[in-house]
Amino acid sequence: MSLSGEHHAWRKLTNGAFSIACVVATIVAVVPLFGILYYVAARGIQGINLDFFTQLPKPVGETGGGMANAIIGTLKLVGLASLLGIPPGVMAGVYLAEFGQTRMGTVVRFSADVLSGIPSITVGIFVYTLVVLTMKSFSALAGALALAVIMLPTVTRTTEELLRLVPESLREAALGLGVPKWRATISIMLRTAAPGIAVGIMLAVARVAGETAPLLFTAFSNRFWSDSWKEPTASLPVQIYTYAVSPFEDWHRQAWAAALVLVSLVLILNVSARLLVRNRVRK
Amino acid sequence: MNFSLESPNTPVLAVSRGASERKSSPVASESVSQSTSDIALNTKANTKMRAENLSAYFGKSQVLKGIGLPILEKKVTAIIGPSGCGKSTFIRCLNRMHEVVPNAHVSGEVMLDGLNIYGRETDPVRLRRRVGMVFQKPNPFPTMSIRDNVLAGLRLNGMRIDNAESRVERALHQVALWDEVKDGLDRAGTSLSGGQQQRLCIARSLAMEPEVILMDEPCSALDPIATARVEELIHELRADYTIVIVTHNMQQAARVANYTAFFYLGEVVEFGKTDAIFTHPKQRRTEDYITGRFG
Repeated sequence: MSLSGEHHAWRKLTNGAFSIACVVATIVAVVPLFGILYYVAARGIQGINLDFFTQLPKPVGETGGGMANAIIGTLKLVGLASLLGIPPGVMAGVYLAEFGQTRMGTVVRFSADVLSGIPSITVGIFVYTLVVLTMKSFSALAGALALAVIMLPTVTRTTEELLRLVPESLREAALGLGVPKWRATISIMLRTAAPGIAVGIMLAVARVAGETAPLLFTAFSNRFWSDSWKEPTASLPVQIYTYAVSPFEDWHRQAWAAALVLVSLVLILNVSARLLVRNRVRK
Repeated sequence: MNFSLESPNTPVLAVSRGASERKSSPVASESVSQSTSDIALNTKANTKMRAENLSAYFGKSQVLKGIGLPILEKKVTAIIGPSGCGKSTFIRCLNRMHEVVPNAHVSGEVMLDGLNIYGRETDPVRLRRRVGMVFQKPNPFPTMSIRDNVLAGLRLNGMRIDNAESRVERALHQVALWDEVKDGLDRAGTSLSGGQQQRLCIARSLAMEPEVILMDEPCSALDPIATARVEELIHELRADYTIVIVTHNMQQAARVANYTAFFYLGEVVEFGKTDAIFTHPKQRRTEDYITGRFG
C-alpha cells in the first residue's frame, strides 16, 4: 500500500490556505484594538500635564485647566455603583447556581438576561424618573444607581456561570467532611471560582466606567467640585462627550487626554484585581 | 492473607427475602440485632452501623430495594457488584450524601450505634463528621495548600485547632504521605500526583477523627503502585476505624476486606466473610459474578 494518498497534496494546500486565512482574521480583529489604544495614547499624551489632574475646567475661551473634578467624579460614581451593584449581583449569582433549578430561578435568570440587553439610556431614563424627579436634582447617587443597574445582570450571570464551572466533587468533598452547605458554598465554591468572578466583575466595572448615556440625565455634569452625593457630578465620559463635540481645539486635546486617563483607570483596576485574587498557593 | 474472625466457627450466613425463609443459624452474638435484619453473622464484633429495609430513589426510579446489611466495627466491609447495582448509592446513604443530589430520597433506616441516622433529630452535618467519605476521584481543594487541605474539615467547621502542625504531621503520617511532602506543605494540594492526592484526601477525612470511613472506589483513578499504597493504608486503618469500601475490583475486595457484600440490581444477594464469599458462595449469582460470567 502506498503511503502517499492521492489527496495529500490538495490537503496540504487547503491546510496552508486556511492557516493563512486564520492569521489574516486575527490581524483584522486585533488591529482596531491596538489602533484604538495607540491612537488614544498618542493623542491623549499631548493633553496630559499636572494641571489636567489638579485643576478645574476653565471657562469657555480660556485655555488650560484640567479635569480633576471629572476624574474624582468618575471614581466616586464607579465606586458607589460597585458597592451598590456587586453584592446583590454576586448573591443573585450564588442563588442561581445553588438553588436556581426552580421556576423562580428560571424567572430570575431570564430577567437578568433581559436586563443585560436593555439599552443603557433606558436605564438612565428609569433612574431619572425614579430618583432625579423625586429628589428634584441630578446627583452622583442617581448616576451610581444607574451604573449599578447596568452592572447587575453581568455580575449575576458571570457569578452563576463560574460557580457552575467548579466541579461538583469539591462540594461533595466539603459536605463529606461535615461542612454545612452555606459554608461549603462560601469557602469552597465561591473561593474556588473567585479569580474568575473577579475578572467578570472587573469587566462589568470597566464597562460602566465608560458609560455616558445613563449619566447624561442622572449624574449630569458639573464644572465645579461637587461637595455631596446629592449634587450634579462631573464624570470623564460625559466630559469627553461635551469637550469632543465643542468647537475648541484646546477642549479636543483635553477630551483625548480624558480618554487616555479613562482607559488607564480601567486598565489599572483590571490588573490590580487580578493581582489581588491571584491564587496565593504555589502550584 | 488471613482474615481471622473472632469466632472460630465457620461463618454462618443467611440471606433471604423474608424471615420465613431464613436458614436456621446458630446463636449470634448479643450485639447483632436479629429483629429487622435479613442477615446475621455469628461474630463477636460489634455492629457499628446497620441498614434496615433501606431503599433509595433518584426521582421515581428506585436504586436500592430494601437493603438490610450490618457494618461491623473496626472491620473492612467491601461492597462489590456490577455497574449500576447501587453500590455507590448504598454507601452514600450511610452518611446521608445521597440526598445531596437533587430529587434523590431515601426510605428505611440506617442505625449508627443504635441511633437512626434518618431520624428526625439527626443533623446530617454532624453525622458526616462521624462518618467520613473518600471519593472516587481525588478531590483536594485547589485553592488550598497541602497543610490547609488536611486542616480543611476542622477549619471549615470553625473548630479551634490546637497544635495544627502536629495534627497535620500525624494525619499525613497515617496515610504514609509525610515523607513525600514534608518539605513542601505550602504547595498546592493539586500539585501532587493522583495517588498522593488520594492519600491527601484520606488524610483530610482522618483529621476529622471520624468513626467510620466510607470509600467509594478510592483506587479506580489510580495506577497499580498507588493502588497498592492505598490498600496497605486500609490494612493499617482498620485497627482504629470501621471502613466500608466500594470496589469494582474483586481482587481488591479479597485483599482488603474482612467482609464482603455482593450487590445486584439494588439488592444484597449475599453477605459474609470475604473468604467464604470468594471460595464458597452460597448464591448462584454471586458465583457467576465472581467467576466472571457476568458483570
